[in-house]
Amino acid sequence: MPTRAPRRRRKLAPFAFVAPFLLLFLLTFALPIGYAVHQSVMDVEHTGALGLGGSRTVFVGLRNYTDALSDHAFVRSIGRVLLFAAVQVPVMVALSAGLALLLDSASARGVRFFRAAYFLPYGVPGVIASILWGFLYVPGVSPLVEGMRHLGISVDLLGGDTVLWSIANIVTWEFAGYNVLVLVAQLRTIPAELYEAARIDGAGAWATVRHVKLPLLRPALILTTVFTIIGTLQLFAEPLVLKPVSSSIDSAYTPNLSAYNEAFTNDNYHLAAAEAVLLALAAFVLSFGFLRLINKRGGDA
Amino acid sequence: MSLQTPARTVPPSGGNTASDDRTPPRGGITGVTTRSRILVTGLLVAAAGYFLLPVYWLVVASTKSTGDLFGSFGLWFSHPQFLSNLHQVVTYDDAIYLRWAANSILYAGVGAGVATLLAAMCGYALAKFSFTGRDTLFNVVLGGVLIPATALALPMYLLFSKAGLANTYWAVLLPSFVSPFGVYLCRIYAAASIPDEVLEAARIDGAGEVRIFTVVALRIMTPALVTIFLFQFVGIWNNYFLPLVMLSDAKLYPITLGLTSWQSFADRQPQLYQLTVGGAFVSVVPLMIAMVALQRFWRSGLTDGSVKG
Repeated sequence: MPTRAPRRRRKLAPFAFVAPFLLLFLLTFALPIGYAVHQSVMDVEHTGALGLGGSRTVFVGLRNYTDALSDHAFVRSIGRVLLFAAVQVPVMVALSAGLALLLDSASARGVRFFRAAYFLPYGVPGVIASILWGFLYVPGVSPLVEGMRHLGISVDLLGGDTVLWSIANIVTWEFAGYNVLVLVAQLRTIPAELYEAARIDGAGAWATVRHVKLPLLRPALILTTVFTIIGTLQLFAEPLVLKPVSSSIDSAYTPNLSAYNEAFTNDNYHLAAAEAVLLALAAFVLSFGFLRLINKRGGDA
Repeated sequence: MSLQTPARTVPPSGGNTASDDRTPPRGGITGVTTRSRILVTGLLVAAAGYFLLPVYWLVVASTKSTGDLFGSFGLWFSHPQFLSNLHQVVTYDDAIYLRWAANSILYAGVGAGVATLLAAMCGYALAKFSFTGRDTLFNVVLGGVLIPATALALPMYLLFSKAGLANTYWAVLLPSFVSPFGVYLCRIYAAASIPDEVLEAARIDGAGEVRIFTVVALRIMTPALVTIFLFQFVGIWNNYFLPLVMLSDAKLYPITLGLTSWQSFADRQPQLYQLTVGGAFVSVVPLMIAMVALQRFWRSGLTDGSVKG
């Protein structure tokens, strides 16, 4: 019988290996999603005269969702992050790809130094980056604003029209270097023979970039874009930190900020849950939709 | 490999450039003119200026008194007093700053360590065993990568507070143990790098599954594991939303939350501006040094993930 016990153990082994992760995954992913969906279709109802007769939680269907979607501030916050994403995602991807190609180009020197310099901000937490840039935005403190004033340019980096792009700058500053690293890593996997072949075909530096490097960068560009989309929709720490110095940022500036505010300032957990579910759905649909659009093979991510 | 050629010939401290001109052009592209070289270098320098500017500002600002922080030109030193600032940062409010730093190390270190091990086990099983529900499980994990963490934090808080876990170390640690991206990377890495023959040979020799995993699989997967650990460590260290939602006791705060709590009181207590800046400097510099030192590990794992993506 010496072979039977190990064979049975081998059948059970994969489950034992998967179990700890799966258990925690259920606890921190599946369960919160389920609970948020449950909370989002419930609400607290007050009974008795003037609502003083006590309260009970009742099923209200999609009312919290319709409440959220008919709240102008919340809808505006969604529009705001979508506008933000429409500008920031292409800027981020183009900047990262541009820097990666420059670093990879034949005439680049000191590659190691530049790569390290670009990657440094990734180690700076978003809140701390926002505190730093906040000082660089506030008039009277900022050497940038001051310097531009000396040149006769007056800009309000925290005004209603500009503060969203000041936030976009912080986000780009934080993550572009990381994306550059991913893209440079991908460029390094391109075999030398391909360059050789391109050269024999008479391709110049620019043609090589267009026809050899960019197509082979595709997978990394897709990865970068998806992560940027997900990150963009989560916008929270940056506007929260800049809120005290910019009167244009309100407590529903982004969907996340709105949900946080509903839950912890207004004690409206049910509406907050509905907003969180809407946010997760939007992120899921956008990144999955993008993958679908890009990936001709379909579901094979 | 080809990228390293120009990088290696330039000493980090900017050595003599005359010999660099003899470096053969990489990638087989000929005709690199001096003009394009100047253009490329100029663009790279400009970008470096952008990325380093706030860091430079932080270095300068951390040496200033509260008065000079607002009253002197931001990009140059004025009466440097770094050591006395540092002393204030670490002693203020019964050295709470040091406690926040220790909390951050605990959350990020333990969280990343456990997350890496669990992801390795799960990814290895997904790659090297066939069992019912394997593909479903993998797809669910992939879906997990696409869900924004902040959308989960709020319901997780409600759940944890029901279970009495909110405002404890566990409230931040437990979610940190789970890395769907780690599982994804481990599966791809294990599938590509652990040969089935080696596993079979070990089984014939009578090795148990746990032993095969710890002795054979973990060793082969080390480069991917280092990458996952670093990702998770930085992710937890930089996380703000989860601890903000979960923790109300300042003694449990990680450094990110602690510094913003200082910043939020600074209108009433201007001294806290200086402490926020000094504290940010102290917390950011070690991580930056680690970041630069560990770059090569990030890269080795990143390509494995993205090539097949």
